[in-house]
Amino acid sequence: MPLLENGRLVADEWVRVADDAPVPDQPAILSLARLRSEDLAGRNAKLGLALDPATQPEEIAALLPRLSLITVTLPKSKDGRAFTQARALREHHGFTGEIRATGHVLPDQWRMLLRCGVSTVEVPEGADPAQWERSRRLVDIAYQPALGAAAPLGLLRRRLETV
Amino acid sequence: MNAISKPGLPAPSYPPHARTYRYDEVDREFLQERIAEFTGQIERRLRGELTEDEFKPLRLMNGLYLQLHAYMYRIAIPYGILNATQLRQLAMIARRWDRGFGHFTTRQNIQFNWTKLEDVPDIARALADVDMHAIQTSGNCIRNTTTDEYAGASPDEVVDPRIYAEIIRQWSTLHPEFTWLPRKFKIAISGAPHDRVALQVHDIAVQAKQNAAGEIGFEIWAGGGLGRTPILATRLRDWVPEEEFLAYLEAVLRVYNALGQRENIYKARIKILVRDLGEEFRQRVEQEFARLPKQRYRLDPEIVAQIAAHFAPPPFAALPDNPAGFAGMLAGNAEFAAWAGRSVRAHRQPGYASVTISLKPIGGIPGDASAEQMEAVAALAERHSFGEIRVSHVQNLVLPHVRQEDLPAVWQGLREAGLATPNIGLISDIIACPGMDYCALATARSIPVAQMISERFADLDRQHDIGECFINISGCINACGHHHVGHIGILGVDKRGAESYQITLGGSATNDAALGELVGPGFAYDQVTDAVETILRTHLAHRRPGERFIDTYRRIGLAPFKEALYAAA
Ligand code: SF4
Repeated sequence: MPLLENGRLVADEWVRVADDAPVPDQPAILSLARLRSEDLAGRNAKLGLALDPATQPEEIAALLPRLSLITVTLPKSKDGRAFTQARALREHHGFTGEIRATGHVLPDQWRMLLRCGVSTVEVPEGADPAQWERSRRLVDIAYQPALGAAAPLGLLRRRLETV
Repeated sequence: MNAISKPGLPAPSYPPHARTYRYDEVDREFLQERIAEFTGQIERRLRGELTEDEFKPLRLMNGLYLQLHAYMYRIAIPYGILNATQLRQLAMIARRWDRGFGHFTTRQNIQFNWTKLEDVPDIARALADVDMHAIQTSGNCIRNTTTDEYAGASPDEVVDPRIYAEIIRQWSTLHPEFTWLPRKFKIAISGAPHDRVALQVHDIAVQAKQNAAGEIGFEIWAGGGLGRTPILATRLRDWVPEEEFLAYLEAVLRVYNALGQRENIYKARIKILVRDLGEEFRQRVEQEFARLPKQRYRLDPEIVAQIAAHFAPPPFAALPDNPAGFAGMLAGNAEFAAWAGRSVRAHRQPGYASVTISLKPIGGIPGDASAEQMEAVAALAERHSFGEIRVSHVQNLVLPHVRQEDLPAVWQGLREAGLATPNIGLISDIIACPGMDYCALATARSIPVAQMISERFADLDRQHDIGECFINISGCINACGHHHVGHIGILGVDKRGAESYQITLGGSATNDAALGELVGPGFAYDQVTDAVETILRTHLAHRRPGERFIDTYRRIGLAPFKEALYAAA
């Protein structure tokens, strides 16, 4: 799937590894079960985790120092657990690696995902990055603190600096 | 794109003293951005770039709901407060884009039942012209916060709930994390010891309080709700300091968003999570609250002070209570006295009163108002209530600050508009959901049942004799008419293709909140009114002098009512 970051499509260096496939010597995204069961002590290439929407970030806290990427998933666009997962990873666990949104993500959700600490999104084949970018910029005022939000304008308002 | 500023957004001219939150350019610009976003979403849907499944949550969170015959557009009236200019604009919208009526709801909003999809951007712009919108009036997000319709006017008020309701409104508007919740989310806040907002049936209920040191804090409850599994709220915390108010709400919402059920729509409300987790729910909230960065979510007292300034008392005159013009009319005009006895309420400022306007004329549709009536109320508000109007959660309107000496004139004005029915709190002051007349989910008619009952008891002397009694009617198990908490609750279901009405007794939505008890087998459509009559006759036969229906019921229990209803069978 094409990967969107900072308004453009970027190359994806990561591979998703099925639970029964060997782990290649390149940046690899594994399931939680695989990460827990596999002996990865000698591995040098980067590791990523495909976080299930039902898994709470505290359950993976011990693994975080080893992870460079976590995917959070919207099984359907209206299933918003990923928003809270991303925020918890950044806010409570200080995770600084890539958080990638996957699944059924609408362009209309991209701005909010970013404000919850997500860094990249997998977009459908053929998606127009310009449309995602337009959608993201449509609203540049927000009323609540969030990750990546700018200094307050006054009252509860923040103009979004990162937009 | 930091410094964009959109020129040419004219500031609406408001009645000079109305205590509504006043938008500034940033608020107005935000609304314009949001309208542009939603207009674009409608266009993408019409071009087929969005599927109906994808579009649905987007249109819902912009207030657009698909009913039986047409789209319904539900417009937010934040915590039920309007100024006269806004009410006039709603009248204009009713005339131009609907059928000349609007319907006030139990969430203190207004809905238009005959909206065309292609008109929505124009209506949204007409709303924005008077600083209104339809954001988050539907969908699985944080809905309009409700509060006391007598806020800022009631003698028993301890903390002005409007300030914190506005803070919640801003904080919850397009909240980045809580816009895709498992299910809808409703918050109510009260600042008085007497609960006039049905706290116990809300996803989050906030009781604002003051401690001995004069500091403001909040008692927080969660997990109340009606629907097919009615549950009263559970208390999470006795005291959350003002500065941590939003942090605590964040914590509750995070636990819900992470753990709330998503597969089964009937189990997705927070009440199920609170019930299933029990004490663990509270612990999880506390844990989340303890670790979230307090500074980031701190509610700055300066912000509170700025918002509070919007709700400063209007310039009241120093007036005596019970002026001659009012007292004389009370003594000399029985019709006026009957109306005043139901509609006029004590005010914290001497010489003033709050007036409740009944939107329940005998045989009418509960909560409906015509464009002409809205304009009449707007004019009365301008002349007599500092330009301010409230919507109550029982679907009536309120003029919060009326000079007692003006009450006869207000009554005259209301009479001319057909708005002076003296039935506030009586059995024809019925809450009814739209039911089969509009709602695609309905299993029975609701409005016509309200109309039949209201007509049966059209004699107002009889209504007065029966005394305070709340009838709530829902057209299906989703309970939008709050039947569980009506003194008499009526639920219309489908029984083998025919409408059947189940009756519950003893519900209450105030400080002594309780869910009603089922009396027995349901009644057919044409038997409901007789059943209500039997119930009320039983009350009259057993009541002690001056006793309200609910108190009689609590004293004598279900049995005598049951016997009267089913004895003949
Ligand atoms: S209670 Fe049922 S019929 Fe009435 S408005 Fe709600 S969903 Fe519709």
